[in-house]
Amino acid sequence: MIDLGPHAAFIIAAYLMAAIVVLGLIAWVIADHDAQRRLLADLEARGVTRRSKSETA
Amino acid sequence: MALIDLANPTRFLGLTARALPWLAAATALAFALGLYLVWFAAPDDYQQGATVKIMFIHVPNAWLAMGVWTVMSIASIGTLVWRHPLADVAAKSAAPLGAAFTFLALVTGSLWGRPMWGTYWVWDARLTSVLVLFLMYLGVIALWRTVDDPSRAGRAAAILTLVGAVNLPIIKFSVDWWNTLHQPASVLRAGGPAIHPAILMPLLVMAIAFLLLFVTLHLAAMRNEILRRRVRSMWLMQAHAAQSA
Repeated sequence: MIDLGPHAAFIIAAYLMAAIVVLGLIAWVIADHDAQRRLLADLEARGVTRRSKSETA
Repeated sequence: MALIDLANPTRFLGLTARALPWLAAATALAFALGLYLVWFAAPDDYQQGATVKIMFIHVPNAWLAMGVWTVMSIASIGTLVWRHPLADVAAKSAAPLGAAFTFLALVTGSLWGRPMWGTYWVWDARLTSVLVLFLMYLGVIALWRTVDDPSRAGRAAAILTLVGAVNLPIIKFSVDWWNTLHQPASVLRAGGPAIHPAILMPLLVMAIAFLLLFVTLHLAAMRNEILRRRVRSMWLMQAHAAQSA
């Protein structure tokens, strides 16, 4: 067991906070990507296409 | 591929799809190595004891807090001068990440300060200027959310970002210009680092890990923002078609 000395609670709290924020950022980016992909798929399923895409086609 | 090709959002999305898995793996590896060095190799500091371990997350986040605003400032010049299609996408996507890193720098600094200084907070120049930076990040995020049109929001946010960049040298040199409780620079300083290699090495590895984390999340957030703008333009086209019918 690692001896963190008399200020162990502060060290653990700092690393816990960092873990929560980093994992929160990762979860936010993944959830946002899923949401945008779903919205795009929904619009495309309804026949809506982007102008640039329809001009290319 | 020429660098200018990246200005095309579709090409950028293709590049991002290829790069993200590698960047995510590199980030995970860097964190694994860094945390191993921090918890199993780095010695306790002769004055701070084990509390020095907080510095391995505080310092990289403090560097990134300033680094991300620098990235946003460069992107803002791209928005205002060249109207680069990805510039305001880059600036907007970086803001929440910068706010999170600044928040972590402030919180971990407070958690280090209580046992070392005897207080969580003092209104000295370094701490106050970093708090101002955090509030500026929140201001830019709020501005992006307030203005509906992304190109108008991008220009307004770019101006605010460039004005806010004045705070960066104030943060950096606050410890030299004023008497502060915060110690002066001990890594990025003239004459080289003043830290023993046994502590400097884990610190640098953790800094690289957090930098890789930022690059990975920034590319992923930029990809999301491009998709969001596509959704928005398709909604507008749909609404326009419905009106014309």
